[in-house]
Amino acid sequence: MVLLSFGALVVAWHLGATIWPSRAFPAPLLVLQTFISETASGDLPYNLGITLCRVAASFVLAMLIGSVIGVLLGSHRRADQFFNPWVILFLNIPALVIIVLAYIWFGLNEAAAIGAVALNKIPNVVVTMREGTRALDSRYAEMAKVYRFNALDRFRHILIPQLQPYIAAASRSGISLIWKIVLVVELLGRSNGVGFQINLFFQLFDVAAILAYTLAFVAVMLFIELVVVQPLEHTSTRWRRSAA
Amino acid sequence: MNTHQLAGVAARLKVNIEEKTFRSSNGGTIEVLRDLRFEVEQNEFACILGPSGCGKTTTLRILLGLDSDYKGSIQLPGLADARIGAVFQEPMLLPWRTVEQNVRLAMPKPMRDIDLDGLFSTLGLSKMRNFYPAELSLGLARRAAIARALAIEPDILLLDEPFVSLDESTAQQLRHMLLSVWSERPTTALMVTHNLQEAIMLADRIIVLSERPAHVIGTFDIRLPRNYRNDQVKADLLRSFNEKFAGLRNAT
Repeated sequence: MVLLSFGALVVAWHLGATIWPSRAFPAPLLVLQTFISETASGDLPYNLGITLCRVAASFVLAMLIGSVIGVLLGSHRRADQFFNPWVILFLNIPALVIIVLAYIWFGLNEAAAIGAVALNKIPNVVVTMREGTRALDSRYAEMAKVYRFNALDRFRHILIPQLQPYIAAASRSGISLIWKIVLVVELLGRSNGVGFQINLFFQLFDVAAILAYTLAFVAVMLFIELVVVQPLEHTSTRWRRSAA
Repeated sequence: MNTHQLAGVAARLKVNIEEKTFRSSNGGTIEVLRDLRFEVEQNEFACILGPSGCGKTTTLRILLGLDSDYKGSIQLPGLADARIGAVFQEPMLLPWRTVEQNVRLAMPKPMRDIDLDGLFSTLGLSKMRNFYPAELSLGLARRAAIARALAIEPDILLLDEPFVSLDESTAQQLRHMLLSVWSERPTTALMVTHNLQEAIMLADRIIVLSERPAHVIGTFDIRLPRNYRNDQVKADLLRSFNEKFAGLRNAT
């Protein structure tokens, strides 16, 4: 069904490009050719790899920091009341502003790039994980207290399983937000990566190459979704499936 | 068997709660417990019986260490750090862990690998060890909760109405199962209930509480071993209980 749906899209694209031939709207075959030549030259895999590393680094950073802050705010009402305006402020600062400021303050380097991307995502993670922490069932914590669970067991068997749906939601929205912002960061201040390449091709008006890079990236993200995220979610929620 | 418990060292449960109040939402205070004093001997099975809302569950929460905002003192049996086997009103199994994982997680680290075949088979759970709690009926989930409480070889067993909202035959089956696992390794036990028949079947001693603020009205000792308590005997016990506590209407 998925293949059929994508197939129909490619056919529509091909028809459109045949009816209105233009340099700005290349046919799918041309994009494929560009993809193959860029792959053969090694440019595409290299830049794609660089971008993926940045996505992974900012994702891990944002999830870790955001989760810790979110759980703390969710479990301390006073702290939440105090810091909530900060969260709203950061939630509403445009991504571009954070990126530009990060480059100005910390220089055009890798740390500033990854930090800026993570900082864009952290408030979203905080909000989701705060909700998750508020929804924790205190009776499980009481059971753990009576049966003297140690800190590690509480974390593994009480906290994480209850937060799991919220972690999944934050990851889902996080990965798509992050990879979009990473491209902007690369466009503005890095000399490699998919975002840099797209800027290059934009100046050359090479739409086929832009589409080749974009589709390659989307394909990788789709692969991660189907092969990593969904099976993981499936295993971690298998206790939910069959209710008596 | 009973390795970590030193016999004779403060082996009984002593409860001496002078006062326990709750703050109500309109700012006033509600006195729940007042001068509640009782003891449970070592390896004695005691039941707390009282009208609903009289503070039975609050008492149990204090004993479980979940509520320390009270005046008075309690002393649990066993060593300073008594091991408590608790059966809550809800089974409170972790839904994301199997029955066996739930039981083993509650056990202290050095005990985690011991053989639990006997316990599971007495409770009729041998085939459900790898089931998730959502796949169990309430009765089976309650059995798993009982298995968890007894697997840790507790110094004291605290049960909060473990047989409510079950149909009578299932509840009766569970009471027999509880008795058979408890008799294999007797321990000091305290069960909260509002069901007098249940108390007469299970207890060595029934501690009767008053309306709020709760204190002990009196105790009713049953010295007859449980296997002699047939229907006739239970009916007699019920009659003499009602004679002694004529005022307590809703404990039926």
